[in-house]
Amino acid sequence: MPFQPIKFYQTGSFVVGNRLLSEDQRSVQSSQARTNSLTLGHRACQGCGEALGARYALDAAMRATDNQMVVANATGCLEVFTTPFPETSWQIPWIHSLFGNSAAVGTGIAAALRSKGRQDIRVVAQAGDGGTVDIGFGPLSGMFERNDDVLFICYDNEAYMNTGVQRSGATPPAARTATTDAVGPHPGEDFGKGKNLPLIAMAHEIPYVATATVAELRDLEYKVEKAMSFHGARYIHVLVPCPLGWGSAPSDTIRLSRMAKETGLFPVFEAEGGEVTSVSNIRHQLPVEEYLRPQRRYQHLFRPQPDTETIGRIQAIADKNISRFGLLNGEPK
Amino acid sequence: MERPFAITLEVGSSRHNKTGTWRVERPVYVDRLPPCNDACPAGENIQGWLYHAESGDYESAWRKLMEDNPLPAVMGRVCYHPCQTACNRGKLDEEVGINSVEHFLGDIALDKGWMPETAATDTGRTALIIGAGPSGLSAAYHLRRLGHTVTIYEAGANPGGMMRYGIPKYRLPREVLDAEIRRIEAMGVEIVLNHKVDDLAAVLAEKRFDAVFLAIGAEIGKRAYVPAGESARILDAVSFLHSMEGQAPPLLGRRVAIYGGGNTAMDAARTAKRLGATDAVVVYRRTRDRMPAHDVEVEEAVEEGVEMRWLSTVKHADAGKLLLEKMTLDEKGMPTPTGEFEELEADSLILALGQEVDLELLRNVDGVVATDGVVQVDRNMMTGVPGLFAGGDMVPGERTVTVGVGHGKLAARNIDAWLRGTSFSKGGRPELADFDLLNTWYYSDAPQTVRAKLDVARRRSTFDEVVQGLDESNALFEARRCLSCGNCFECDNCYGVCPDNSVIKLGPGLRYEFDYDYCKGCGICAQECPCGAIKMVPESI
Repeated sequence: MPFQPIKFYQTGSFVVGNRLLSEDQRSVQSSQARTNSLTLGHRACQGCGEALGARYALDAAMRATDNQMVVANATGCLEVFTTPFPETSWQIPWIHSLFGNSAAVGTGIAAALRSKGRQDIRVVAQAGDGGTVDIGFGPLSGMFERNDDVLFICYDNEAYMNTGVQRSGATPPAARTATTDAVGPHPGEDFGKGKNLPLIAMAHEIPYVATATVAELRDLEYKVEKAMSFHGARYIHVLVPCPLGWGSAPSDTIRLSRMAKETGLFPVFEAEGGEVTSVSNIRHQLPVEEYLRPQRRYQHLFRPQPDTETIGRIQAIADKNISRFGLLNGEPK
Repeated sequence: MERPFAITLEVGSSRHNKTGTWRVERPVYVDRLPPCNDACPAGENIQGWLYHAESGDYESAWRKLMEDNPLPAVMGRVCYHPCQTACNRGKLDEEVGINSVEHFLGDIALDKGWMPETAATDTGRTALIIGAGPSGLSAAYHLRRLGHTVTIYEAGANPGGMMRYGIPKYRLPREVLDAEIRRIEAMGVEIVLNHKVDDLAAVLAEKRFDAVFLAIGAEIGKRAYVPAGESARILDAVSFLHSMEGQAPPLLGRRVAIYGGGNTAMDAARTAKRLGATDAVVVYRRTRDRMPAHDVEVEEAVEEGVEMRWLSTVKHADAGKLLLEKMTLDEKGMPTPTGEFEELEADSLILALGQEVDLELLRNVDGVVATDGVVQVDRNMMTGVPGLFAGGDMVPGERTVTVGVGHGKLAARNIDAWLRGTSFSKGGRPELADFDLLNTWYYSDAPQTVRAKLDVARRRSTFDEVVQGLDESNALFEARRCLSCGNCFECDNCYGVCPDNSVIKLGPGLRYEFDYDYCKGCGICAQECPCGAIKMVPESI
């Protein structure tokens, strides 16, 4: 069963808390006792989706593991803005690794705990999209293939933001980055490039794969908690808007995540053993144009005239997702 | 000091890094004025009492409501609810059924016998109120709550004014009215019945009271000159509705025509139907969209079989028939005669052409100005005579129970200030919580719960209440449709969505505050606040 939203009670479970729900129906984030895995003073930009996504996911994981958890972190924004030596924002057992090897470090920690007989401590490895889909892909695929007991979380902001917004294998078509300018025949990032890591993870037939956004906190927390109920390799892919790299207003971070899902561009689903088991339905469907227009990385699609052909190709991607995953009726094809 | 391998500095927390210095705009919590409160003629804090009803705490909800309105069970039945017309939820699906929740709260309070609080100590000041209608009772209630000694002189045999003698029973059962008035009496308000004040100057000269509030209503039906044969039967609607409270109902005949297009015309037509008229025809000289009657009343009347004859005036009345002249609207919307005539069979004609104030009691009082038949008052509801206040139907304004209750409250606050030798000011109005300020994504889609209506067949023959109340589960559902526009309802969104952990949750009922040492001013909290209770303001440089 997918996350079951509570429909009524004024705002139901759409909001973070809701005083009309019982305590156990509220989110981890609504609690005054949440871990705040990532604490005050970190140097992420205004409106950083990744800082938010990491706190959401790790606080939920801390609750699910009864605070018995170790996190391995790949190099990337998330590391740079949290740990400028000698300061740290992490309030959990946390280890720095290299750009490409957080999956391998996670695997190693899991192996060490297993050999010490410590079954109570769980391992999370995390990285941005660069550290996951490009540089860290080999160790990650190995971790999946061996079914190591690690939850890997990818915070996907769709480019290498830390180093100045270069394209990654997760950069969507037509997006402008420092290395995919819209010049000549190129509409920004070319169509037909890039890879879909959740589907690749599913192809490894690992116990659990899920996607989520920072706009649907309850769904994200549910998926982290569910992932912790499995042993073996698990993968969660979280879409985290980046105001700097996307050229969006810092206040729009959650709104854009919501629109990515509501347009169908970012399908939100979960899969077990390689099969999709549930999808989050689109609640109020939007044309992709509404998602693209507020982002400066797509502004070349609207100036001087709207590039209806390219926008149409992006809409076709959304439409394909909608029919492939059954995003309007909850029935995957 | 021993440090781990390759570590040269003590590990510190990022808390040293006060990221609040990055901020150019700061979020602040605000309480904006919800459109329902803005529209309420009685000045109720509707969002405020719905907040308590949402959690099922009906007693707190009722007490909040009673701060402004002593007659919720009455108001839940007879108010034309401008609050619902203004409700932001109407732009989302359907407006919140505020009136039906008020009806429910009013009834549950009567059922449980809840009593309003009064001031601990009496002030020893006395106030006289003339007229026990909605504004008189409202003023009495509020003055009593403030600790003053209140006496009401009422001309009629029973208190209630137009609520008893104007509004038919099928809209307002008399048990409900009696119970809410008894509750006001139980607070210590003395109501002297059958005490008509003929000469106000004489009462004022006695100097028995420190302040006087005049609320005698507008109880005289306007008479238009209708040429009539000797045996034509013509009544006025006010006297007709008044006589429904007497022993024998008036004789109307089978076919009844009602002349006028206001709420009183609708009440008269619906009452005539219930008295056995086969035909009740409303004759109005303009068109439906120009009719002063409220839509609900017109709809219910039509459902009950009341017929409408638009663009018509009565030229002549005879026994058993009327001569009508057809009208047309000129470019200014004024009805003008066409010279075309038609006959309408009618055994009696009821005139519902508006009401006038009986100003006879003011004849010996100097300083009270009456213009267009109504008494002029200043913003403090005071007439030209110091200490003499007036409100309700006898002063300019819309003539409804709700407006009357609002006048009573405003007058009471000013009389209280007068009695204490201070002045009352309403205070600034917060900015309006417009629909555009809301983030409606967060609200569940939920259409309105409609109050059940009495079967039409029974409505035509009996005086049973037409609109039934909600039960508890419906009322709770309806209350929870409130969007809480402009006022924090502790959904924890700001606390959750802050990427910088800079919102401090203070606990249930205490809301939140910002940690400006670290808040970077990204504005996500303001954007994602469902109800528009966070505002971004530029930092001073």
